[in-house]
Amino acid sequence: MTATTLNERRLTAAHQAEARVELSGVTKRFLTPDGAPFTAIHDVNLVVEPGQFCAVVGPTGCGKSTTLTLVSGLDSPTAGAVTVGGTPVAGVTRGTSFVFQADALLPWKTVVANVAMGPLFHGLGKKQAHAEARDWLRRVGLAGFENHHPHQLSGGMRKRVALAAALINEPSILLMDEPFGALDVQTKAIMSNELLALWEQARPSVIFVTHDLEEAIALADRVVVMTVGPGTVKGVYDIDLPRPRGEVQEIRFEPRFLELHQEIWESLREEVQRAYARTAGGAS
Amino acid sequence: MTSVAVAESAIADAARRRRRRRTTLVWVARALTLFLILGGWELFANKHVIDPFFYGQPSGIYRQIKDWVEHGTAFGSLWLQIWVTLKEALLGFVYGVAGGVFFGVALGQVRFLADVLGPYIKVINAMPRIVLGSIFFVAFGLGTTSKVLLAAVLVFFVVFFNAFQGVREVDRNLVANARVLGASRWQVVRNVVLPSALVWIIASLHVAFGFSIIGAIVGEFLGAQKGLGLVIANSQNNFNPDGVFGAMVIIGVVALTAEALIAQLEHRLLAWRPPSPTETGLA
Repeated sequence: MTATTLNERRLTAAHQAEARVELSGVTKRFLTPDGAPFTAIHDVNLVVEPGQFCAVVGPTGCGKSTTLTLVSGLDSPTAGAVTVGGTPVAGVTRGTSFVFQADALLPWKTVVANVAMGPLFHGLGKKQAHAEARDWLRRVGLAGFENHHPHQLSGGMRKRVALAAALINEPSILLMDEPFGALDVQTKAIMSNELLALWEQARPSVIFVTHDLEEAIALADRVVVMTVGPGTVKGVYDIDLPRPRGEVQEIRFEPRFLELHQEIWESLREEVQRAYARTAGGAS
Repeated sequence: MTSVAVAESAIADAARRRRRRRTTLVWVARALTLFLILGGWELFANKHVIDPFFYGQPSGIYRQIKDWVEHGTAFGSLWLQIWVTLKEALLGFVYGVAGGVFFGVALGQVRFLADVLGPYIKVINAMPRIVLGSIFFVAFGLGTTSKVLLAAVLVFFVVFFNAFQGVREVDRNLVANARVLGASRWQVVRNVVLPSALVWIIASLHVAFGFSIIGAIVGEFLGAQKGLGLVIANSQNNFNPDGVFGAMVIIGVVALTAEALIAQLEHRLLAWRPPSPTETGLA
C-alpha cells in the first residue's frame, strides 16, 4: 500500500489529468479494399481514469485494435469524440506509447538504438538518448544485449526491448495491442509479471487489448468486454483483487479470481460463440 | 573431453573435410569448362570449322590485347580508353542512382505525385531508351556529357522502380510505431523508410552498374573521340573480330571488379541481416 501512495504522490496533478482517456459515442467505419463500407466499432463509450490499468477483451475482429489506433491518434473516428486529458485527439497524441503485437523493432538498428529512438525523435542528443536507453534496457533485464540486433534475440527478449522503447518516453498513456499474444505460455507469464512491476513504478494509464480473459483479469483494474463486430462495449467489470498482485500464475487460483472469471466469461462466451458461428458460416 | 564433445568435434571435422573436397571439385570443374570452351573454339578455328575471319579465335584475342597493352590503340593508350569509359559509366551511375533514389522515395511517399506521374513513367520505361543516345549525341556532341547522360538515364529507371517498390513495401507497423514515438515525417523517412528500402535499392545496383557500362559503350559507339566503345566500333569497321572480343573481355574484367565492389558495399550496409540459409553458390 505504501508503494502506491508514494507513486501517487510522485504524479503531478497535470500528469494525472492528461492521462484520462474518454471515448464517447465513437464509431469507426472503413472502406474495404473492394470499396464496401465496413463498421469496425459502433457507439463505443469508455473511460479510463488516470493511472488505471484497463483491459479490453473480445472475440477476434471486434474492433479492439481499432479502438487503440483511435486513442493513439494514428486514425480518427468517423463519429463521436476521443478525448485525452480533456482535449480531443488530433494527430498523434503526445504522451502515449504503443506496444504492438508484431515486433515493431527496426531490424537494422541495434537494440540500444531501437530503444533510443523515442528520445532522439524528441530532440535529445544521441549520447544522452543512448545513455537513457541503456538504463531502460537494464531495467527490463537486457543489460549486455545493447549491441545485438533484434533477430539475435528470442521472442520474449524482443518484447522486453519493445517495452523499454515504449516506456522510455515516460508515457502517461500506454496502449498495448495483444502484446504477448505471440509468446509461449511460460514467457507470457514472466512478461506479465514484469509489465506489472514496471507499471507500478510509473503508473501510466494502460489500455491493454487481449483475447485472453485470464490475462486480462490478472493484470487489470477494469475489464471491458466488447461485442463481436461492429464492436461496442457490452460490459465493464471492476477487478477488486488487491495490488500489488504478485505472480500472475498464482493469482489464478484465488477464489475471487475464479468468481470474476466466471462472471465475465458468461458475458464473453456469447460473443465468442457468435464470432465463431460467423467465421464458420463464412467458411462453409 | 566428454564423449559427447568428442563425437561433436568428429562431426564438425567430417563436415569441414566434405566442404573442402567439394570446393576443390567445383574449382576443377570450372577450370575444365573454361579450357573446353576456349580450347574448342581455338581448335575449330584452326581447322576452319568456324571461320576466324568472322568469329575470331582465343589466341588472336590474346595477341590483340597484348598489342594494345604494348603499343596502345589507334586512339591512344589502352589505359586511357578504359579510364574514359569507366569515368563515363561511373558518373552516369552516380547521377542515375541519386535521381532514381530521390524520385523513387518521393513518389513512394507522396501518393498524389505517384498517381499523376505513374503512367508517364510507365510509358517512358516501355520505350527503347537507348535511342536517346542519338538525341544526346546531337545535342552534346562527341564529349563525355552525352555518354554520361545516356548511362544515367538507363540507370535511373532500374533504381527508380526498385526504390519506389521498396518504399511501398515498408512495414506499416514500423511506420506507425515511429510516429507514435514522436517522429516527424522526415524522421520517419530517414529512420524507417530509407533503411527499409535500402535492401531493394542495393539489389538494383548490380543490374544498374551493368546498364551504366552499356550506356557508356553505346554512347561511344554512336560517336566519340576516345573510349572502349570507339575501339569496338573501329575494330568492327576494320573487320577485326579479335578486337571486338578483346574489348569485350576488358569490359568484362572491369564490370566484374565493379560487381565485387558493390557486393562488398552490400555486405557492409546490410550487415544487420540475419544469415540466410539460401545464400549459397552463384557468388
